[in-house]
Amino acid sequence: MKTAVLSDIHANLEALVACMAHARRQGTERFVFLGDLVGYGADPLACLDLIRAELSRGSLAVRGNHDEAALGGLCEDLNFIARDAAYWTRSQLGAAERELLEQLPLQCRDGAALYVHASAADPGQWEYITGTESAQRCLTASDAPIVFAGHVHQPLLFYTAGEAIKTFAAGAGVAVPLSSRRRWLVLAGSVGQPRDGNPAAAYQLFDETECNVTCHRVAYDHATAARKILAAGLPAMLARRLAYGE
Amino acid sequence: MDFAGHRVEDKLAEGAMATLWKVRAADGSLHLLKRPKLGMGSHPACFAGFETERMILERLGDPHVPAFVAGGDESEDEGGPWLIEELVAGTSLAEVAGRAPLPLDEFTRLGTAIATALHALHRQNVVHHDLKPQHILFREDGSAVLIDFGLAVHGELPDFAGDAVASDHHPLGTPAYIAPELLRGERGNPRSDIFSLGVILYLLATGRLPFGAPESLTGMRRRLWLDPPRPRALRPELPEWLQEIVMRCLAVLPQNRYATAAQVAHDLSHTQQVVITARGRDLKGGGWRAAARRWWKTVTAASPGRQRAADLLARAPHVLVAIDTEHVDAALADAMREAVRRAASADFLARISCVTVLDASLFAGQDDAGEIERSLRTQRLMALHLWARELELSPERLRFHVLDGSDDAGPLLDHAREHHADHIIIGARGSSALRRLLGSVSARVAAEAPCSVSVIRPR
Repeated sequence: MKTAVLSDIHANLEALVACMAHARRQGTERFVFLGDLVGYGADPLACLDLIRAELSRGSLAVRGNHDEAALGGLCEDLNFIARDAAYWTRSQLGAAERELLEQLPLQCRDGAALYVHASAADPGQWEYITGTESAQRCLTASDAPIVFAGHVHQPLLFYTAGEAIKTFAAGAGVAVPLSSRRRWLVLAGSVGQPRDGNPAAAYQLFDETECNVTCHRVAYDHATAARKILAAGLPAMLARRLAYGE
Repeated sequence: MDFAGHRVEDKLAEGAMATLWKVRAADGSLHLLKRPKLGMGSHPACFAGFETERMILERLGDPHVPAFVAGGDESEDEGGPWLIEELVAGTSLAEVAGRAPLPLDEFTRLGTAIATALHALHRQNVVHHDLKPQHILFREDGSAVLIDFGLAVHGELPDFAGDAVASDHHPLGTPAYIAPELLRGERGNPRSDIFSLGVILYLLATGRLPFGAPESLTGMRRRLWLDPPRPRALRPELPEWLQEIVMRCLAVLPQNRYATAAQVAHDLSHTQQVVITARGRDLKGGGWRAAARRWWKTVTAASPGRQRAADLLARAPHVLVAIDTEHVDAALADAMREAVRRAASADFLARISCVTVLDASLFAGQDDAGEIERSLRTQRLMALHLWARELELSPERLRFHVLDGSDDAGPLLDHAREHHADHIIIGARGSSALRRLLGSVSARVAAEAPCSVSVIRPR
């Protein structure tokens, strides 16, 4: 079975639609939405509609820090731009959208894989996995052989080699076998706001039957997504960065 | 225990890392079963090597490596992981090497076969990193088969064997054959295999190993500075071309070796075309004289002299790359990028324009035609950028254009004329019935272009 893992969508409808269509062409049967479904982008309602429809067909979703911020609170841990975007998103959400976000779990175990937005080590603390130490903490906190996480907006693989943790940056479209004698942490990259210098949307295709994972990069109409952000009155920086993936 | 329907027959060998059995499939054919040594006391590299070999063999499709048959990943309680591959029934180079020095015709025949097999491996993005006579077999038709990929590295996949090197700081490889840069932990350079190929050729020609079989790291490091005895010093009857080829494979710096094993194979099969230098002639290594000569060459190098605009222009061509962003064929895209990369590196001032064609008339009349066109244009432009990323060229050398038009060839030809293109690189189209009916874009571009056209096909 093939699962497309889509993380950090950030209410970018153009990117979400492009990635879902790409994943369907690869034969994906279901989606896992890895949190930060909203925040930053101008299409929270349309994105949540699409996601809700997939959830009713057996797809999974977990909660991200921006989903939590959209529900309430002072958002003091967010920077000014993220906070502005969170307040704007909050003003857009209706009861149905709030209910959907409120129901999202912090993490979700499915077979060999654990899906979590930030880190399996205390998921509600939204720790960024920025190196082998934080990757080690994440893997230690779970007994799942394979952990999928987002939050850092950059795709990367971590794997165990004896006592050590190694990293591997797989090329786009390359299926990397996930051998059962290692543990794997897959950072999914971001659908709606890539920050690795490549503006193409990123998602992971997890083939459970063949036990491999492929990072795909998808070109989408970022100019429309940016135009909508400006039209909504959201901070201009959120529109600009889509063109550079930074 | 079932191995994909194979019955275990004889144990063939038991090494430190793995055990090998002969197995018989239901249809009676014989294969090789390999199982790594796991559990208490086994070296962590045992599994890394097994995992690497399985991962790489599964991806290779080539008569120069054993065919992958099946693999299993059972837990240790259930017997552990295993791998079944083709049982290559052939002569090992290790047996042949026992007869070295070989006659010249046999030397060139075997050398060409090995280099050809090595190039086939490199073309599949794999570096062997443990090339030695024990890992080379010959089929009945004379072609070489490379075996044992436990230390190999695939350009697109994690380097599990390299992880093991990094963790215990001991270079992985066979001391007599290991390339100098591997002693510094540099992995993944196909020229490291060319060095090992040089050691093998040296052995076949002289009956001796150029650096002996050192047991210590210090002993291995001698090859970083020590020149091996010249083959013609050991056997004066050897021709200069032979020494030229062998010593070029054995250069200390990778960039001074042959760039590809295919070039080695070509030289070995066209020995009269080998250009003989001091490397092939001299019976002794360079020493201080060579260093002095290099210094002298540098300080006395001729000035470039008078320059002409045309010379400069010839080195700065405009290369137009026609890209079909809508029918993405990964193999074709790779072959095209390879062609662009070659053009870009051959002429370091070359400018590369990536272009595609968008037919806006398809949406004419629709309410939101302008919106659709704008969106598609952005998407195509972004797809061009995505396509060009892997070229890894500096941005100032690249340009991107989405051209308008209802057919593909017309706008491309207009753009080429307008912008003084010197070279068009275009992909060959598939041979579907539809393509035949519509005619081929590349054929029309090739026929009508104002400049050279390269029609690219995937290898």
